[in-house]
Amino acid sequence: MDILVLQILNSLFYASVLFLLAAGLSLIFGVMGIINMAHGSLYALGAYVTAWVITFAATAVHPAVLFLLLPAGALVVTAAGVVIEPVLLRPLYKRPEEYQLLITFGLLLVLEDVMRFVWGGTPLSASPLMDALGIVHVGEFVYPTYNLLVIAIGVFAALGVWAFVYRTRFGVMLRATSQDRRMASALGMNVGRVYVQAFGLGCFMAGLGGAIVVPSQAAVLGMGVEVLVLAFVVVVIGGLGSLEGALVGALIVSFVRTGVIQFYEELELAVLYLIAAAVLLVRPTGLFGRPQ
Amino acid sequence: MILGNNGQRRSIAWRWALAIPVVVVLLAVPAFAGAYWTQLLTYGLIFAVAALGFNLLLGYTGLLSFGHSAYLGVGAYSVAFMVRYWHVSSMELYILGGVAATAIVSALFGVVCVRYTRIFFAILTLALSQVLWTVAYKFFWITGGTDGLRVPYSDLSLLGGLIHFAGDDTYNKFIHSYYYYVLVIFCACVVLMWLIVHSPFGKTLQAIRDNETRARFLGVQILQYRWLAFLVSGIFTGLAGVLWVPLNGLTTPDILYWPQSGKIVFFTVLGGFRNFSGPIIGAVVYNFLEAWVVGFTQYWQFALGVILIVLVLFVPGGLVGTLLRVLTKTTTSMQTKPKALT
Repeated sequence: MDILVLQILNSLFYASVLFLLAAGLSLIFGVMGIINMAHGSLYALGAYVTAWVITFAATAVHPAVLFLLLPAGALVVTAAGVVIEPVLLRPLYKRPEEYQLLITFGLLLVLEDVMRFVWGGTPLSASPLMDALGIVHVGEFVYPTYNLLVIAIGVFAALGVWAFVYRTRFGVMLRATSQDRRMASALGMNVGRVYVQAFGLGCFMAGLGGAIVVPSQAAVLGMGVEVLVLAFVVVVIGGLGSLEGALVGALIVSFVRTGVIQFYEELELAVLYLIAAAVLLVRPTGLFGRPQ
Repeated sequence: MILGNNGQRRSIAWRWALAIPVVVVLLAVPAFAGAYWTQLLTYGLIFAVAALGFNLLLGYTGLLSFGHSAYLGVGAYSVAFMVRYWHVSSMELYILGGVAATAIVSALFGVVCVRYTRIFFAILTLALSQVLWTVAYKFFWITGGTDGLRVPYSDLSLLGGLIHFAGDDTYNKFIHSYYYYVLVIFCACVVLMWLIVHSPFGKTLQAIRDNETRARFLGVQILQYRWLAFLVSGIFTGLAGVLWVPLNGLTTPDILYWPQSGKIVFFTVLGGFRNFSGPIIGAVVYNFLEAWVVGFTQYWQFALGVILIVLVLFVPGGLVGTLLRVLTKTTTSMQTKPKALT
């Protein structure tokens, strides 16, 4: 029984991180029609920056202040995104999709090596945050309190994104642009600015995902490349461009993964990819996607 | 691309005439280049076969696959399994077995994938290729896991046992013979692919690429054509995987990992996917480029990423496409200038 509770908590922890990542990917696709292959690398960048800042500050400041530094990675990634969109992506909107996919693949190669250059091959972790919160007891087991915080952040992020997209003026502009870019432009919206903001928001979520994961799992080289395919699986199951889909997809992937690891560890990833392929076959637009 | 008028026929004949000196140079390479350069060029030719297959989908059918690592991997692993479990040493049997295995896998994957186009096709091919990657990665008692499986060249025999490499100091002999072996297969593949894309089948693929609705109204069975293109594409890439593995000496799950698919896309865009010869030149140039960049910095991915970004932004036609455009521009300006004077 206790182990069931632990596994549910683990799944929710994992789902929170995956949701942040996949929702950003989906948002960017929904608004701009671009699949960002560098999204996983931006997530890794968020993890590295947060881990680096916190390791640096750990000896100097009080643990409570350290928590304020947690979003550092997300902010750096947002800044990167705000530069990347106008410089690299904007010239390509009128070109075929292959080019957009390729330029983000080029960006992935560049980012991976930038991280290798700056932080080298040693894993980097922000464990002081994990230690500061201690543990809670679940029956006879112990569980890190920090993971509960991550779950809370995940829930809060889901609510926040929902409110942002469906309850604010900017959200209306975002949805209008994603439905019909030309019409939005004709109605006097500054579509270019919406694009930058949407890309920045997507990057912020990827960076935040990396930032909240790094106190419990170290940042390592290649983590972005590995996680990207999982984010694809989430958005394929949920539906490209759909935020609800990203949430449901993240939950499905996390629970299935935890279940499979429990029973037959070798098939962990294969099962997820097969679910994605099966969903595409039955419902090409995913569970919540709208027909293209 | 229609071979209607005489001018285009002549220019095609001219291009084939150009191929003769290229083949002569390729034949002479081992004579003046050392083992290192010959080996690099062999890798280049092998990946050119993969890129040729890949471009049947991207350039001629309009489908961007991000999962072609799957077929390289299936080709490579089927050779490795033949070595490990059946102790086969004949290269010809490797080719037969590897091609058969990739044909089966790409036929199955094709049935699933060709129902989609654009981004969905790319993601679906990616997801399926990663199923194979996890299998190779996790079932280590069969596949060797991250250690991979060895395919030592010393056990290899070419041409039904006529050439083998047992004994000491056979490495140079292997590189030398294997280069010619690959070169012959490469030339055969180029000719075959040329025939495919200029056959009615190839023309139909291009019609589907340019206007799917119109092709459907003309009575073309779109899915069947796409599936066949997918199958042929997979088989070419699988053959490249078979050829790659004895040269590399071992196969690891990396050959199935999705950045490997990205590499194949990279070759093709580097050369230019709107040209028949683009992917070939792209693959060969990429291999030299990578070897050169790796030689002076450990951050070679960074350099390649920057090159890719520059290519996409400023040279979208690729090396061959841009070269052809410059050539036609100069020839047409040479032809039109006198007219403007009169």
